[in-house]
Amino acid sequence: MRDVAVLGVGINKKWGELWEMSLRDVFVEAALAAIDDAGADHIDSMYVGCMSGGLFAGQEHLGCLMADYLGVKPIPATRIESACASGSAAFRQGFIEVASGMSDFVLVGGVEKMTDVSGDEATYALSSASDMEYEAYHGITFPGLYALMARDHMQRFGTTREQLAHVAVKNHRHGAMNPVAQFPSVISVKDVVESVMVADPLRILDCSPITDGAAAAVLCPLETARKLSRKPVVKVLGSAQASGAIALHSRQDLSRLDSTEKAAEKAYRMAGKSPADLHVVEVHDCFTIAEIMVIEALGLVERGKGGQAAESGMTSLGGRIPVNTSGGLKSKGHPGGATGVAQVVEITRQLRGESGDRQVKGASTGLTQNMGGTGGSSVVHIFGVV
Amino acid sequence: MAGIIGYGAYIPRSRIRVEEIAKIWGADAPSYKRGLGLEEKSVPGPDQDTITMSVEAARKAVKRAGIDAREIGAVYVGSESHPYAVKPSGTILAEAIGATPEVHSASFEFACKAGSEAMFVCLCQVESGRIKYGLAVGADTSQGAPGDALEYSASAGAAAFLFGREDVAAEVVETYSYTTDTPDFWRREYQHYPRHAGRFTGEPAYFKHVLGAANGIMAKAGMKAGDFTYAVFHQPNGKFPLNAGRRLGFTREQIEVGRLVPKLGNTYSGSSPLGLTAILDVARAGDRILMVSYGSGAGSDGFIFNVTGRIDEIRERAATTRQMLDTNRVYLDYGTYVKYRGKIRRAE
Repeated sequence: MRDVAVLGVGINKKWGELWEMSLRDVFVEAALAAIDDAGADHIDSMYVGCMSGGLFAGQEHLGCLMADYLGVKPIPATRIESACASGSAAFRQGFIEVASGMSDFVLVGGVEKMTDVSGDEATYALSSASDMEYEAYHGITFPGLYALMARDHMQRFGTTREQLAHVAVKNHRHGAMNPVAQFPSVISVKDVVESVMVADPLRILDCSPITDGAAAAVLCPLETARKLSRKPVVKVLGSAQASGAIALHSRQDLSRLDSTEKAAEKAYRMAGKSPADLHVVEVHDCFTIAEIMVIEALGLVERGKGGQAAESGMTSLGGRIPVNTSGGLKSKGHPGGATGVAQVVEITRQLRGESGDRQVKGASTGLTQNMGGTGGSSVVHIFGVV
Repeated sequence: MAGIIGYGAYIPRSRIRVEEIAKIWGADAPSYKRGLGLEEKSVPGPDQDTITMSVEAARKAVKRAGIDAREIGAVYVGSESHPYAVKPSGTILAEAIGATPEVHSASFEFACKAGSEAMFVCLCQVESGRIKYGLAVGADTSQGAPGDALEYSASAGAAAFLFGREDVAAEVVETYSYTTDTPDFWRREYQHYPRHAGRFTGEPAYFKHVLGAANGIMAKAGMKAGDFTYAVFHQPNGKFPLNAGRRLGFTREQIEVGRLVPKLGNTYSGSSPLGLTAILDVARAGDRILMVSYGSGAGSDGFIFNVTGRIDEIRERAATTRQMLDTNRVYLDYGTYVKYRGKIRRAE
């Protein structure tokens, strides 16, 4: 297996309600930015992560569409779907293809155009990442599922309503420094706990938004990157993916993310790293409770202690292990299939020292964690400057 | 210079509060009130429709102008709730005020900007010299589906303006229209309630056109926000006109006089025209007014008015808009409201 580097990364100028852009425009803007950043004169193959082009935009066959409009035909292009983990799953396929020696320059992108449908239709499309027959058709939607997980965590570990709020407050504080962020507003704990109730205990400011956006990265063999790149070279140290039960009722433990634990364990082993080695981390905070459960599963804190992390400042910029310096899904936005690749964009820039006001000083090792559904799929990548 | 020689407003007595609607649908009233900037809305009585309200407003306009209605050469009604699919509203109005038979009449429809369209065409007719006086009305008994966000705002009211070339109370200095095909809100034939594209009705629809028209007309006239005493924008909720005003550089004081929506709701074709009547109720000679309508689909009409001393002579001849808005109210419960709006019907 060859060593693989992230040669270039790109993201839209702004995420949010991109009314003037179509699904393909959103993707192409980010992909061109990544190709520019990489300085690559060609790409050999590409993967497009997208959760539901069909339900959000009535468009499938995204590999072909995006290769066509990016102007890179006839290279092979395939859409990868793994719910909200589609982006990182696509990234992992790109990694495997370069590592295998099959291709040298692989573009991986993620995209979602979510605002062309009504709120109800978007809720339905997102529900399709849960177990439709046993969960969604009985009336529960994602805020409800994560609310169940939050309740369990609160009852077992004493996690408080305010601790949930601190996750959102921290991520908005970070997002306010990110020009791409959909909601770069600074908010308070009071704002969160007094915001509109969605699914008790989760309120609207506990939830990530509906977002249009894309992100992309160009992968190549490490040796090639060393020759081509004038920037610090970011190597993919570890790549792992794991599956868990799709439905909550099939799990032994509602407040434990088995798939994230498994993926993290494998990625740490492959990278030869431990949680203590990490300097900056991007995780899947689709709801505030998710970030709490994920940092526990990643071993950044002990089981049950996730609630205290944001409150104590440990996961803030300047804290022991900054989490979601980009603003996370909460503030930056959560365009389903783009999220996993956008996490790679953030970590790559952090490791290169390009993150401006939100730079984690001296960061040389970082991790991304992206998941689909209520954690049925989890993908973890570890990166390091070499 | 041609302009407004008489104006009149009509707001029905009945009201329903946001809390009363929210209670039925299990919605959070405080967040609706905060989010939409609405407190209550007007409701047409069971014997009221766009035409009866147009008659009420038009009578006040004729009274203020002090003209002989037989000299009115055009009667135009703009609405998206004309009572008849086929049969003009304007003919009933023209008969009621005594303007028939030597009169041109037409119904206008362009979502919420049908009223300002009627004003625009009336003004052109008068300016061209083809008619002596023209009457333009914007009126609606707007529809909002039960439980839809629109149900909190869709209200009823009418505003009428008489245009002429002499004894003008508010001269039209400039006009400007900004139109694109932007389907943010629509109702097809045989459908009872309109559909809308949620948040798409905001930035790419309302704001693009309202800001486009406001910037366009100010550039055309060589004016800026500070040159106006008052500004009135289409007001689908309490927030949008304030936001538009702020982005254009207007102060809250310039906008507040014509911003009726928190207590009135969205009167659709009557929205910015009713705001204009409330401004004319208090305006003084030399005041300059910017009005920008908005109609989904989508477009905005802009007008710049210069108020003359004539306003002081005609103002007192009829009830003011704020008098109708703030007094003599009757609050309905949801059951009475749905009966009045024909959402439930008595068994035959």
